[in-house]
Amino acid sequence: MTRIKREIYEKEISACSLFGAMNRNKERFTGEGVISAIANMHVRGNGLGGGFAIYGLYPKYKDCYAFHIMFERRNKDAKKETDAFLSMNFDLVYDEEIPHGDAKVVNPPLVWRYFVIPKKRREEENFSDDDYVVQKVMHINTKIEDAYVFSSGKDMGVFKGVGYPEDVAEYFFLDKYKGYIWTAHGRFPTNTQGWWGGAHPFSILDWTVVHNGEISSYGTNRRYLEMHGYYCTLHTDAEVMTYAVDLLMRRQHLPMSLVARIFAPPFWELIDRMDENERKLLTELRMVYAPMLINGPFAVIIAHHDEMIGLTDRIRLRPLIAGVRGEMFYLSLEEAAIRLLSQKLDKVWTPNGGEPVIVRINR
Amino acid sequence: MKSYLLPEFIIERNEERCIRCRVCERQCAFGVHYYDEELDKMFSDEEKCVSCQRCVVFCPTNALVVRPNPSQYKLNYSWNREKISDLIKQAETGGVILTGSGNDKPYRIYFDHLVLNASQVTNPSIDPLREPMELRTFLGCKPDALALKINSETEFIPNVMIETPIIFSALSYGAISYQAFNSLAIAASKYGTLFNTGEGGLPKELRKKYGRNAIVQCASGRFGVDPEYLNCAAVVEIKIGQGAKPGIGGHLPGEKVSYSIAATRMIPEGTDAISPAPQHDIYSIEDLSTLIYTLKEATNYEKPISVKIAAVHNSAAIASGMVRAGADIIALDGLRGGTGAAPKIIRDNVGIPIELAIASVDKRLREEGIRNRCSILAAGGIRCSADVVKAIALGADAVYIGTAALVAMGCTLCQKCYTGKCNWGICTQDPYLAKRINPEIASRRLLNLLRAWSLEIKEMIGGMGINAIESLRGNRDHLRGVGLHEWELDVLGVKGAGE
Amino acid sequence: MEIDASKLTQKELNDAIMDCMHSGVKKIILRNVYGQRYIGTRLYSPNNKVEIEIFGTPGNNLGAFLDGHRIIVHGNAQDGVGNTMDDGVIIVDGRAGDVVAMSMRGGKIFIRDSVGYRAALHMKEYLSKRPVLVIGGTVQDFFGEYMAGGIVILLRLNLGNTLHEANFIGTGMHGGVIYIRGEVERHHLGKEVGVSKLDEKDEDILKRYVGEFAHYFGMDKKDIIKEDFTKLLPVLKRPYGRIYTY
Ligand code: SF4
Ligand code: SF4
Repeated sequence: MTRIKREIYEKEISACSLFGAMNRNKERFTGEGVISAIANMHVRGNGLGGGFAIYGLYPKYKDCYAFHIMFERRNKDAKKETDAFLSMNFDLVYDEEIPHGDAKVVNPPLVWRYFVIPKKRREEENFSDDDYVVQKVMHINTKIEDAYVFSSGKDMGVFKGVGYPEDVAEYFFLDKYKGYIWTAHGRFPTNTQGWWGGAHPFSILDWTVVHNGEISSYGTNRRYLEMHGYYCTLHTDAEVMTYAVDLLMRRQHLPMSLVARIFAPPFWELIDRMDENERKLLTELRMVYAPMLINGPFAVIIAHHDEMIGLTDRIRLRPLIAGVRGEMFYLSLEEAAIRLLSQKLDKVWTPNGGEPVIVRINR
Repeated sequence: MKSYLLPEFIIERNEERCIRCRVCERQCAFGVHYYDEELDKMFSDEEKCVSCQRCVVFCPTNALVVRPNPSQYKLNYSWNREKISDLIKQAETGGVILTGSGNDKPYRIYFDHLVLNASQVTNPSIDPLREPMELRTFLGCKPDALALKINSETEFIPNVMIETPIIFSALSYGAISYQAFNSLAIAASKYGTLFNTGEGGLPKELRKKYGRNAIVQCASGRFGVDPEYLNCAAVVEIKIGQGAKPGIGGHLPGEKVSYSIAATRMIPEGTDAISPAPQHDIYSIEDLSTLIYTLKEATNYEKPISVKIAAVHNSAAIASGMVRAGADIIALDGLRGGTGAAPKIIRDNVGIPIELAIASVDKRLREEGIRNRCSILAAGGIRCSADVVKAIALGADAVYIGTAALVAMGCTLCQKCYTGKCNWGICTQDPYLAKRINPEIASRRLLNLLRAWSLEIKEMIGGMGINAIESLRGNRDHLRGVGLHEWELDVLGVKGAGE
Repeated sequence: MEIDASKLTQKELNDAIMDCMHSGVKKIILRNVYGQRYIGTRLYSPNNKVEIEIFGTPGNNLGAFLDGHRIIVHGNAQDGVGNTMDDGVIIVDGRAGDVVAMSMRGGKIFIRDSVGYRAALHMKEYLSKRPVLVIGGTVQDFFGEYMAGGIVILLRLNLGNTLHEANFIGTGMHGGVIYIRGEVERHHLGKEVGVSKLDEKDEDILKRYVGEFAHYFGMDKKDIIKEDFTKLLPVLKRPYGRIYTY
């Protein structure tokens, strides 16, 4: 009789640098500034991962889902299998290899981009496009060996890899792209040598998360997400965050202001002092979503098309600083990085722990 | 409230031998023995006794026996005597139970399940008494390769030399007496090894003489940390955690903060010295890197920086991060590491055995190709020279000994360090008790210990056909497991005996 | 002596400062500083004291372990200003990040605007070494956590009539004193601190250090002082003495 294999997983522990910049008038800008800002926090990373998310990236194809897919070891079979899978389930509008140079990154995989439109079969008609895409992305990630989807939203994309963020940027020529939100990440994992898929940002549809922290509630959070059909195959905190955001915001339609209260709830002591309505709401949130309390230090920048959100844990064990200049909005772990882009700022502050900074597009 | 506790020990005095010299009375700071003049007889308050055996050793006529009180609750494997007594204490006080020394629970001691190899026929053993046998060890980061062309890019990498792979572990002045602290310093400098100041600072007058044999700690309380302290030392150690109390801060009660301790820690006399649980400038691995580099800056890049952590579940991953963060030395303190004071519930339940931690950390660092970038110090439960050899074979560079050094000075592991009444003059600030340690003599005991262990290590490695300690490091082929499970052998990376 | 830091790494910049100090320069001006860390930390030199003027945004642990030098920042500072500082003066003509003056044991720090979390954490004093921290704006949570000594003055100059919002002020505090301009609500305070009355000695302290603060930032001391201050002292010297049993 074979013994059931014990579940042994190893969680990745890492710390990182984060940066985000957004133009609230949706004016697109190039990546140079963001790249130099994240490079300025070079010492916070260790060259084992860097990445960027860009919104407003593909205006020409803005109605298509843009898939950035990596093929590990440049595996041709994986590429073939993925191509076949995509053409069965989507109309392919355009695809190409993402242009790259030869900057010093580690073992670059083949990275391809596809612009696609869902091609649903009858029984799938009642799926929303988004759900359909999520399902297909999960399929590629879990079923096709050596293929992994970096990002799958519209008019946006994630570029990431193993190396310092500035090297990853150089590799993908990111200074040439334009977008109206940029988030960036430099990684400092404590263990693994780094895998391209494991770099940040993490993304599902047009949601992206860059994260710095070590979640001490990981086991609790992960098991809760599993109950909702998310499989945390990468064992990283950021993955948990990304799925949590997808679950709470996209599927359950909770506003960020509440999601922040779930991730980083106020202490009971404070709740007890609140007025009745607020107390009730927060008590209920804490009861219902107790397994989604993200305990331990974290700072995240979450983005999707209309918003960029910064949040830290409830006792602010990780730094986060916000700055505004005109229509430009910045989030960073260090003020110096913001100042590098914008010497003058109208306002700069460190948000309170657990209080989200939410920046929206002007309408 | 009448206490329901059973007296833990029983004191038997042989009345025929007792000459009423009252030595026992004077030796016992717990106030157990007293003399009744009218009856001309010695009596004892047994419930106060902690079984430190001081009176037994010092009774000139060997009239005393102190042994566990044989009274028993009804036998129960779940509710054993200790569980019941602890519960009674808490029911009577409502407090967190404090204790001292290391974890005394019957967790598996892997050292006792590992056996060493010896050469027979195919490879000669070496006779350590007549042929050279080298124990000299360098602590610090080693470059990937020798840079023959020294250019400005090559960073100077400081290393510290020790003559034997045994270092005295962190015992702070405050936790132990000045005399005991001084004894460690003397012994370390005479033998050519290091002592660790712990987080209580290094008294100014000792800095010049013993600084170069000191590992000075920069811990969460930052007591006595000033630029001179950092710069006089051989190594600066960032203390993140300790095996006896991972994740827990420390707390030297105000009544122990005497004039001289206050001066060393640079806090007012009589105030509590609180060490926060975390270092509040380290909430992450990159913050650790910041503090490591801050200390390198503060010491002009002249000293290796050590980072000490308690051995916990993720030690391997954490250690890898520490190396990448710039740590030159990684000190791992295992489940059985000692302490001057810790909540008993933490001491007895948190952490992992040091043997497993050494093996997994060493393995991980090798897999990642960065083992050369740090030295590993193993601490927590090293009781004899064979433990040292086994620790090194599992992957350590050297070991820290704490409890062993205290025992050499007289400690009998009564575990009452936190009371400040140590009858052996070690863990106390009471001048009357502390002067029981004469640094001249105590340092000689320590030197003898270092000498004896070093000789034994030479015997053991000589038997394996090894004449330099570096050939033992990580050499798990010289270890075999006895009575271990498959997973344990896997983690330790050793074969079973006979395999 | 002027140094343009724009192209220098943290290490190069600190090397340059060290060289300056050793060659006898007494005043060093740094321009275009963007996040270089540990400025002033390496200058351990019992007989040599310098003044460093910084233009830009110095990085984390500015003046950590500082050994009696003087640092002036024209701009904002980041986290860890004056970490375990031993002596000297740091003046920030702007704001600062988290853990300002952590474990500081001597010298003075003046911050014109607000600071982040855990300012004055575990500050301590010994005999004549009594560190001073003056903050012009406000603070975030855990202000004065574990504080064991020293003088901290919080001025609330940028808050108008609103009160401080920080929670857990002085939690675990067991030494030293905090003066807060205006009032604080009890529930913002940690359970280890109590509000006490100011006496003449306190007035002297305030006059002296608020005066120094006002002088550096061109403000009017009298304006600041005339409002009432709240004085916070630890209730117990031994906050945790009673939770243990033997
Ligand atoms: S505490 Fe020690 S000295 Fe006192 S009676 Fe017991 S064994 Fe003897
Ligand atoms: S030390 Fe021994 S002989 Fe002396 S009084 Fe005590 S028991 Fe009697």
